[in-house]
Amino acid sequence: MADHKKEIDQHSGTETTGHEWDGIRELNTPLPRWWLWVFYATILWAFGYWILYPAWPTLTGYTHGILNQSQRDDVTKALAALKDQRQQAAAAFSNASLQQIEADPNLFTFAREAGKSAFGDNCATCHGSGAQGSKGYPNLNDDVWLWGGKLDDIQHTIQVGVRSTNPETRNSQMPAFGRDKLLEPAQIDDLTEYVVFLSGHQANQAAVTRAQPLFKEQCAVCHGDDGKGNREFGAPNLTDKEWLYGGTRADIHAQIVNGRGGVMPTWASRLDPVTIKALAVYVHSLGGGEQ
Amino acid sequence: MNTEQAARRDPRWDLFFAPGMLVAALLLALIEAAKSPEPQMQIQAWTFLLAGIGVLVWTVRRYARGIPADDQSPYANDIVKAGVIASMFWGLAGMAVGLIIALQLAFPNLFYFPDLPFTNFGRIRPLHTSAVIFAFGGNVLIATSFYVVQRTCKARLAGGFWPWFVFWGYQMFILVAGTGYLIGVTEGREYAEPEWYADIWLTLVWVVYLLVFLGTIWKRKEPHIYVANWFYLAFIVTIAMLHIVNNLSMPVDLLSTKSYSAFAGVQDALTQWWYGHNAVGFFLTAGFLAIMYYFVPKRAERPIYSYRLSIVHFWTLIFIYIWAGPHHLHYTALPVWAQTLGMTFSIMLWMPSWGGMINGLMTLSGAWDKLRTDPVLRMLVVSVAFYGMSTFEGPVMSIKAVNSLSHYTDWTIGHVHSGALGWVGFVSFGALYCLVPWLWKRQRLYSNSLVEWHFWISTIGIVFYITSMWVSGIMQGLMWRAYNEFGFLEYSFVETVAAMHPYYMIRAFGGLLYLSGTVIMAYNLWRTARGDIRAAEPLALKPQLATA
Repeated sequence: MADHKKEIDQHSGTETTGHEWDGIRELNTPLPRWWLWVFYATILWAFGYWILYPAWPTLTGYTHGILNQSQRDDVTKALAALKDQRQQAAAAFSNASLQQIEADPNLFTFAREAGKSAFGDNCATCHGSGAQGSKGYPNLNDDVWLWGGKLDDIQHTIQVGVRSTNPETRNSQMPAFGRDKLLEPAQIDDLTEYVVFLSGHQANQAAVTRAQPLFKEQCAVCHGDDGKGNREFGAPNLTDKEWLYGGTRADIHAQIVNGRGGVMPTWASRLDPVTIKALAVYVHSLGGGEQ
Repeated sequence: MNTEQAARRDPRWDLFFAPGMLVAALLLALIEAAKSPEPQMQIQAWTFLLAGIGVLVWTVRRYARGIPADDQSPYANDIVKAGVIASMFWGLAGMAVGLIIALQLAFPNLFYFPDLPFTNFGRIRPLHTSAVIFAFGGNVLIATSFYVVQRTCKARLAGGFWPWFVFWGYQMFILVAGTGYLIGVTEGREYAEPEWYADIWLTLVWVVYLLVFLGTIWKRKEPHIYVANWFYLAFIVTIAMLHIVNNLSMPVDLLSTKSYSAFAGVQDALTQWWYGHNAVGFFLTAGFLAIMYYFVPKRAERPIYSYRLSIVHFWTLIFIYIWAGPHHLHYTALPVWAQTLGMTFSIMLWMPSWGGMINGLMTLSGAWDKLRTDPVLRMLVVSVAFYGMSTFEGPVMSIKAVNSLSHYTDWTIGHVHSGALGWVGFVSFGALYCLVPWLWKRQRLYSNSLVEWHFWISTIGIVFYITSMWVSGIMQGLMWRAYNEFGFLEYSFVETVAAMHPYYMIRAFGGLLYLSGTVIMAYNLWRTARGDIRAAEPLALKPQLATA
């Protein structure tokens, strides 16, 4: 029952309020001092902050505060400072040739750092964060290059892309021999055996013999008579152990049927020349760069 | 007075109007089901229809053999029992979905099923948040509020059958909202994903909830309104306001699931976080403080520490909380002055929040020894401790300089879960452990040692969860902002993702432990409701608190 007698709680020695609900009573303990003082302190701090910084809306704008802080200015300044920091090294960098950069330890370090940063945000999506590539996306750590592994080749590939929208893009298209019915299924089976044979594996000799003239007629234009490829067309070397779309019989067969070819964007319109230069040196330095 | 006399003296209009309102809604759903060209709308409408027909069948069965005894007892208990069962069910479902999405983040290659679009992270992540906050938390709040308001007002729930309309209407809302997410129906608003028709239905249900609660307080036989009821009322009123404003939108077509918000751009963002942050403030804080204010003193058998503190911290909390939302939009297109207000009010919110913690913890003074023997009370007290921790962490994270590191990182996820798992979860579990023996009139729980197991497994789970997210979040923030000596970013985004992998595994493990604790609890409560007592634990000499 509620509202009767205020009583002293035995344990705390504090008076109750005299109310009771379903057996629950309340002590009339005063507000804890520390609680109240900390509360006041936070309010004071808030007032102080309002005086110093932009805080309250007004009819025509807002109170700017004594410090007149602006986040827009802050970020503009921070970006300018960053640009400054980069510019110091970038000035010498943009005047140097790719070869000079690689020869100069300071410029080379700059290129590695800038290149790694740009690679992570722009290239790693396809080529992997360690540039290790994956099916359909070339590994950039090895010495196998579709379009050339010299510094200038790499820079050009980054600039124009592969099968991209850039008018000067590196371009080529392997025909879809199966899908477009350019060859009979039996001929594709034979060619598969021939490519397996080219890469130094056990293959059906009869099929290889049958496929030899066919390869010369259909494939050698790009891949060469000996199957060693041609960088002018980005045509891969078929005699090594590296495969863009896989090296099993089924993978090779599928590639002859479908003639897949990947797309790499043109970066000239998205990245500045310094970054592209840095990327070229970075990729060149990963392990397989050619002189 | 027998049933017939009662019925003659007091015609039960509620038994016509409440189901009548449901039937009217079902007719509208039938029109949608028949006329809408959208398969998604058809599925939504049929789901609502079938659930509604189920509720009507249940209603007929309940009243087929006259007015049930529960309708004439001093307190309505059946509805609280139903709320307890619904809470347990949605709790298990929501936490299980949480574990699945944690595993999807830790092992994206194993838990990705492109052929089953409804399992996509983007669809089941809102399913998790809505299920644990609104389905589990909401049912706990509705059930406990119906229990507490009756006892502390010494009055039966107002409105006759209307409370059942609230209960079933709310379950139907959950069902339509949750299945909607799975088939890709969403407004894309954080914690407010359900589309316009579900919003309208919830508004209706919520207004009835408010009226039932107010009606009960209106006819109270106690001169004063107990503090728990202030908090429940603040929660119900404010959620109604937040829900309506945040969901102001225009349907593309009355037969379409799609609608567009009345707000755009940064104003929309601010509206969403005004809603989102106050859903935390008034749903997950005020509502659950109400639970604390009843169940902690009741279980500890001690008076509330300070009546004055409860008044001051209630009004300061209510006044200050509503301003804090902009701290979710630091360093965005939101004007800097609005960010300042969000931040400074968040700092001022620290002590008002802690008022609840002080009142919860200090109520234990004189009963601290019970923590050793009563794991349920320990769970309640630990929940208050987690409440104190996360309401300190929140203001710290709202400071712009701290936020520039913590924002968009897992630190936020860790912060939310120390509040959700530690505070909301544990205080709910404590209340449910109290309610089941009281409602089913059992002398005690089936097993106290199972509560011990639940307590320790879940507590360790929380520690794994929040510490892994702290480390992962701070690491993530530091990696994002790391520059090398030439002014280039040190890490690419994907490297920061890869670095989080071990912490995501630890988080999933913590979640697994927490879910396991909840499964143990569900088993324990089910055996308790059945009336079992674990043989290895004989009845104590002193029986548990009697129910009123």
